[in-house]
Amino acid sequence: MHEIPSVKTYVAIWATLTILTFVTYSVAKIDMGGFNIVVAMGIAFFKMMLVILFFMNVKAESPLTKLFAGAGFFWLILLLGQFFLDYATRGWMPEGKMW
Amino acid sequence: MADSHGVVAEHAEHNPNLRHHFDTMAQQFDSATLGMWVFLLTEIMFFGGMFGAYTVYRSMYPEAFASTSKHMDAFWGGLNTAVLIVSSLTMALAVRAARLGQQKNLQILLVLTMIFGLAFLGVKAIEYHAHWVEHMVPYWNWDPNYDGQPQYAHNAQILFCFYFFMTGFHALHMIVGVSLMLVILMMARRGAFNAEYFTPVEISGLYWHFVDIVWIFLFPLLYLIGLHQHTT
Amino acid sequence: MSTAIQDPQTVERPNYLNAEYGWKSWLLTTDHKRIAILYLISITLMFFVGGIFAVLIRLELLTPQGDLVNSDTYNKFFSMHGIVMVFFFLVPSIPATLGNFLVPMMIGAKDLAFPRINLLSWYIYIVGAVFTLAAVVLGGVDTGWTFYTPFSSSYSNTFVITAASGVFVAGFSSILTGLNFIVTIHKMRAPGMTWGRLPLFVWANYATALIQVLGTPVVAITLALVGLERAFRIGIFDPAIGGDPILFQHMFWFYSHPAVYIMILPGMGVISELVTCFSRKSVFGYSFIAGSSIGIAIIGFLVWGHHMFVTGMSMYASLYFSLLSFLVAVPSAIKVFNWTATMFRGSIVYDTPMLYAFGFIGLFTIGGLTGLFLATLAVDVHVTDTYFVVAHFHYVMVGGMVMAYMGGLHFWWPKISGRLYPEGWAKFAALLVFAGFNLTFFPQFILGYLGQPRRYHAYAPEFQVLNVMSTAGASILGLGYLIPLIYFLWSMRHGPKATSNPWGAKGLEWETTSPPPTFNFDKTPIVTEEAYAYSHKQEVEVG
Repeated sequence: MHEIPSVKTYVAIWATLTILTFVTYSVAKIDMGGFNIVVAMGIAFFKMMLVILFFMNVKAESPLTKLFAGAGFFWLILLLGQFFLDYATRGWMPEGKMW
Repeated sequence: MADSHGVVAEHAEHNPNLRHHFDTMAQQFDSATLGMWVFLLTEIMFFGGMFGAYTVYRSMYPEAFASTSKHMDAFWGGLNTAVLIVSSLTMALAVRAARLGQQKNLQILLVLTMIFGLAFLGVKAIEYHAHWVEHMVPYWNWDPNYDGQPQYAHNAQILFCFYFFMTGFHALHMIVGVSLMLVILMMARRGAFNAEYFTPVEISGLYWHFVDIVWIFLFPLLYLIGLHQHTT
Repeated sequence: MSTAIQDPQTVERPNYLNAEYGWKSWLLTTDHKRIAILYLISITLMFFVGGIFAVLIRLELLTPQGDLVNSDTYNKFFSMHGIVMVFFFLVPSIPATLGNFLVPMMIGAKDLAFPRINLLSWYIYIVGAVFTLAAVVLGGVDTGWTFYTPFSSSYSNTFVITAASGVFVAGFSSILTGLNFIVTIHKMRAPGMTWGRLPLFVWANYATALIQVLGTPVVAITLALVGLERAFRIGIFDPAIGGDPILFQHMFWFYSHPAVYIMILPGMGVISELVTCFSRKSVFGYSFIAGSSIGIAIIGFLVWGHHMFVTGMSMYASLYFSLLSFLVAVPSAIKVFNWTATMFRGSIVYDTPMLYAFGFIGLFTIGGLTGLFLATLAVDVHVTDTYFVVAHFHYVMVGGMVMAYMGGLHFWWPKISGRLYPEGWAKFAALLVFAGFNLTFFPQFILGYLGQPRRYHAYAPEFQVLNVMSTAGASILGLGYLIPLIYFLWSMRHGPKATSNPWGAKGLEWETTSPPPTFNFDKTPIVTEEAYAYSHKQEVEVG
């Protein structure tokens, strides 16, 4: 199997995750308009990548595992993206001009 | 001639943990791990469906949504995030210990993981209780006046419903996770694992981390968006 | 015992059927072949339950007045027909029976990767089926198989939660089968069985498994939301209290459109096997057929909106979904062209499985091409919710999938049972099915185009002639399905014994005995040649 990461690595990842949790909490108090959600999701995504790559040790896994780990998020984006393809464009067509 | 007896004999000298239809321990380990990843794929889509529906309603009713975040206590949410991250650390270290064949460490780390998992559930229970007291539980205990903002009551109810659905579903996963830890712990105490065979620890670990990741997204989505409108 | 089967020189070899006896040895088995048989029995039962509702529907539609049953009962008939046939027959049909039986054998494995999960999936299926049948017995469901909100969540007075629970539970059975297939195909292949040598049936089941794993959870959560809404009146899907019913359709079709490919891809896999075997030729365009299966699985997730063109969805989303729906035609056409090219200059043998394959290719092509009509925005507005749609998806589901299922069942029956079925009767039944099918559903294209809406128990009198044709065809079709049931059961006792390779086919499943031993092979096979290497050996010894 693969090489085993040191305890130090795990603790460093944990510390980063905890700091990021604090950061995301603090940043959320600042009003940045539409960017609040972007920042929050960006930090969450980064945290997720840390967990996947190090705690779940996907970094050292086979390309197959990486593919399957990635596929879930790809399909999630398909789901959300195509939902919003409808919801985001519903108001674009002015009423009454359709026919 | 070479019938099922031959098959049995062929495996007799192998690791007793090797199931008959696998050729090698590595194949069995890889299959179990891949199986867990495929299972997590379905879990992503499971939560994804909820996230999708929730996001649609949030974008439809932004004001009603902002009004709900007032009732989410970001302190408890943040604390729970921290607790869960610690439990992920102990879980990762438990898998490491299993790999290295450190049986004692493995058991201690599993117990710690369970404790943090239960702590998470405890905090969640405190929060649910607070929602109940504030009449924020749709159907069972819902204030139709919605805190003096009856214009949002209908839509806020939908969002609260998703809040309970998603966090409840996540809590259910936590309960399953803690139970898994208990099973693994008993197996470990029985001496079921060694440096060659620790598949159940590995795949339970993957599951635990996944549940952590779901919360990493739930926390900002449910607790943090709209926080700035209430603090200033 | 009849004397014909007592072949003196073969003392019954140990095989998966005679390895153990007694009901326990079946209900607690982890042998993928026995689980396939359990599934075969269960889905056959469900097929006939769904079939009874089809008979009732066709009887009602014999006359325009709507005199046999009232409209409420009729609503339950078509709903139960759809729910049982889609979720309890079509979705598990080929993967859970033929796939379960053959996938490990075709890749040279002893079993699926997780035999106990495989058994669990059957039990989950049974629990789901019990829920659904309970809904039938208690008084039925009238929402249609699609459970559209807000009717299902707020207004219907029937057993929606019971039936939806059945579908919800059965979904997990489908997920577990898919999970098992994915891991098995990745990790359990015999030495030499590279991805480029995998039989196309395995490729098709792999693609199907991907859809099962990625799509099914979403429909499960959707139905759970419908249940919540129904129980607690929260307003998730009810526009009267702020919900969005179209969101239900998005979530439902995110699974249910790809599910259409769960229902057809394994059928395509079977046809690829049949066409090469009975043309005695290596398949034309192997990698294109294999790749198109994966292509269909992926594109299948990008087109669901074509079920929703008239719902009030954004026009821009409609444009996108319409455009991408046309794209599905490409991989589907690749398959049809490659099968045709495979047959070209082949030494075609007109055995029963091949007759079904011919039926499939013709009927699927009609079903697929009429799908393009429906993907066209303007045409869809005209024919939505008419019999045109009904005819279209029956051409794909019944004309495609059921044809392939029957073809595959005939093809692998000697392997499954160790016995041969009567060829004459089988050919006769295949022709009945083909004729009956077309007589049933072709008139429905015309009816729909003329404007007869679906899901009504009464219709305008001028449509009666075509409806009578349809009912007549359904009777022939029903007979065509009953005859195989009888001779398959007969052959298990009285059919002549099959050799290990009665068709002279290629593939690992034919290299082991019929029926195969418990762990499929006496020795793990080593694969040294490409799939379908028919041209290496022109003369074929037919046993």
